[in-house]
Amino acid sequence: MEENQKEKDIFTLGGHEFTSRFILGSGKYSLDLIKAAVEYAGAQIITLALRRATLGSIDNILDYIPEGVTLLPNTSGARNAEEAVRIARLAREVGCGDFIKIEVVHDSKYLLPDNYETIKATEVLAKEGFVVMPYMYPDLNAARDLANAGAAAIMPLGAPIGTNKGLRTRDFIQILVDEIDLPVIVDAGIGRPSQACEAMEMGCAAVMANTAIATAGDIPAMAGAFKKAIEAGRTAYLSGLGRVQEGATASSPLTGFLAD
Amino acid sequence: MRVNDEQISLDGTMPVVELLQMKGYPLTRIAVEVNGQIVPKAKYETYELHDEDTVEIVCFVGGG
Repeated sequence: MEENQKEKDIFTLGGHEFTSRFILGSGKYSLDLIKAAVEYAGAQIITLALRRATLGSIDNILDYIPEGVTLLPNTSGARNAEEAVRIARLAREVGCGDFIKIEVVHDSKYLLPDNYETIKATEVLAKEGFVVMPYMYPDLNAARDLANAGAAAIMPLGAPIGTNKGLRTRDFIQILVDEIDLPVIVDAGIGRPSQACEAMEMGCAAVMANTAIATAGDIPAMAGAFKKAIEAGRTAYLSGLGRVQEGATASSPLTGFLAD
Repeated sequence: MRVNDEQISLDGTMPVVELLQMKGYPLTRIAVEVNGQIVPKAKYETYELHDEDTVEIVCFVGGG
């Protein structure tokens, strides 16, 4: 049963099929730890950023990412739709596929995404054939606009980037899971495996994490812990969670006591 | 011209590929933009840079 279920549980994004539901960020760790983190995470998608090439840093991060892993460049640094589109086109020109995570931020304190500019960028890039995965504030109206604009998935935040605070937007993400016919991937804020597990139990299609892994004591071990949590949450979701009720119900039979 | 915010004097013109080689950039796993327009890899040898151009050379780095 479990094997069968696993075989059928394919996660599709822009026509590409994945069996892992853990998207790993590659920021904030040393290059030699990235490979181990990807392997322990079992991740098939890894995010990257695009920056000016400096001659010292040309020891390329791509050399440290195992073959076969799908690259998901982000548009971090973009402050409006136009800049996001520019970064996305440059990322595609580097030559590693059509996936793009749109990130439009112009608030340096909380790094909250600008949904309006994100929708505009999504519309342009989806028409250009990108697999568009927008990072967003979990708002139902914006999510509908993103779906109409051609997004391949939506990536609502659980809490501000890098905070490790967990699913602070839980109820609003649940609304997106219930109402939007696209994969919902929780991005940002997830700090512990238990929080990743909870997102998966809610019916999210995948979880993205970076800081939680990069700031852990043992990076590869934490990547492995997240992998297990995400798998457990997914299996729980597919199994159908047991009901919650107010009064107690005995789990043991109420007859046949020794004293009877 | 300005290359990744660095001023470089240019007499006449120079193809993109020459700039990349002169500065020691690899020719793959990068993207080049001149005056806001992407220069496709196939045109690195033929696209001529001028002294008034602004050039951006970008690559992937770690990010979330």
